[in-house]
Amino acid sequence: MEVKNAAAGTLESGDILIQIAPAQQAGLHIDLDSTVAYQFGAQIKKVITETLTGLGLENADVKATDKGALDCTIRARATAAFVRATGKDVWAD
Amino acid sequence: MFVPGNNPGMMQDAFIYGPDSIMLDLEDSVTMAEKDTARLLVHNALKTIDYGKTEMVVRINPLSTPYGKKDVEAVVKAGVHVIRMPKTETAEEVKELEQEIIKIETELGCVGRTQIMAAIESTLGVINAYAIATASKRMMGIALGAEDYCANLKAQRTSGDSPNFGMELLMARQTIVTAARAAGIDALDTVFSNLNDMDTFKREVEMIKAMGFDGKSIINPRQIEVVNEVFAPKEKDIQKALTILAAIKEAEQRGSGVIAVNGKMVDRPVVIRAQRTIDLAIASGIINKEDI
Repeated sequence: MEVKNAAAGTLESGDILIQIAPAQQAGLHIDLDSTVAYQFGAQIKKVITETLTGLGLENADVKATDKGALDCTIRARATAAFVRATGKDVWAD
Repeated sequence: MFVPGNNPGMMQDAFIYGPDSIMLDLEDSVTMAEKDTARLLVHNALKTIDYGKTEMVVRINPLSTPYGKKDVEAVVKAGVHVIRMPKTETAEEVKELEQEIIKIETELGCVGRTQIMAAIESTLGVINAYAIATASKRMMGIALGAEDYCANLKAQRTSGDSPNFGMELLMARQTIVTAARAAGIDALDTVFSNLNDMDTFKREVEMIKAMGFDGKSIINPRQIEVVNEVFAPKEKDIQKALTILAAIKEAEQRGSGVIAVNGKMVDRPVVIRAQRTIDLAIASGIINKEDI
């Protein structure tokens, strides 16, 4: 799957900015910066990973800057960044 | 209450303030560059966040834009209660939206689930108000969008200190309420955007209530209390309505069609108004349905 640099989201409270770039090494690498990383870091990474692998993205470098987003917002932003990075139509499925 | 569809913080907090209805907006409050991300945000929020008994509405982009049909698909798949159609001018536009909804609902196996609210925002829309209101069985309400309407009318919005306050919208408001009543659906008034002028806002809410509207669109939680206060029936009106409904129930049991309460004849329109007062009192949380 061809991946180009793309981002979705904002740095406003309750949101998350997800940036996707072509993988430097094989696999999905998530670099998370979150105000609630201590409590929810593992959960945030899990939601991003599940969303992107569920869409078929196996190799990418992901930078996530979280400002207290709910899981549904993380899923929406990860999906939007994926669509922008790959040009795939997520509504077709 | 309007909530921008690209602001997750507001979307997750909106129901805390207790609006009757939350309208997630994909149209004017979202820039062209963010239409795709807002659509995904709204879809995921509707599927995930527990909004309780709040009616969930999404204002989509017009079907004539590249975004409209994608919006319909996203929100119907997420189980939205009502789709608000912007800038509605003809019954055919409502029917076109209905066909899009049916297409998605058929895929999902839930035909008939999604209702439609049409926003009337032009002179042609006002002229066609009744045709729009009756264009589909899914129609639950028509709403006035005053800014676009006034631009189209070539009229200026009047301010609260003008002796002509509200005159530019008089015909549109009366037409929309009359069309909604004739169609048996709700009439909803336009937003009031000056949050620093709560006195004029209250005057406007009192005016549109007197005109027969069922409610008012709002843009900020601060406006909820004023609308609820104006629309909530007063104690003496509730007591009078309860007396009328009790008397009519007793008359029905006796097989009598006409009654008098406190020396005044009670006929059908009086009973309908009494029932509406009680419905509003229940909706406002002043009385419980079980207590009647």
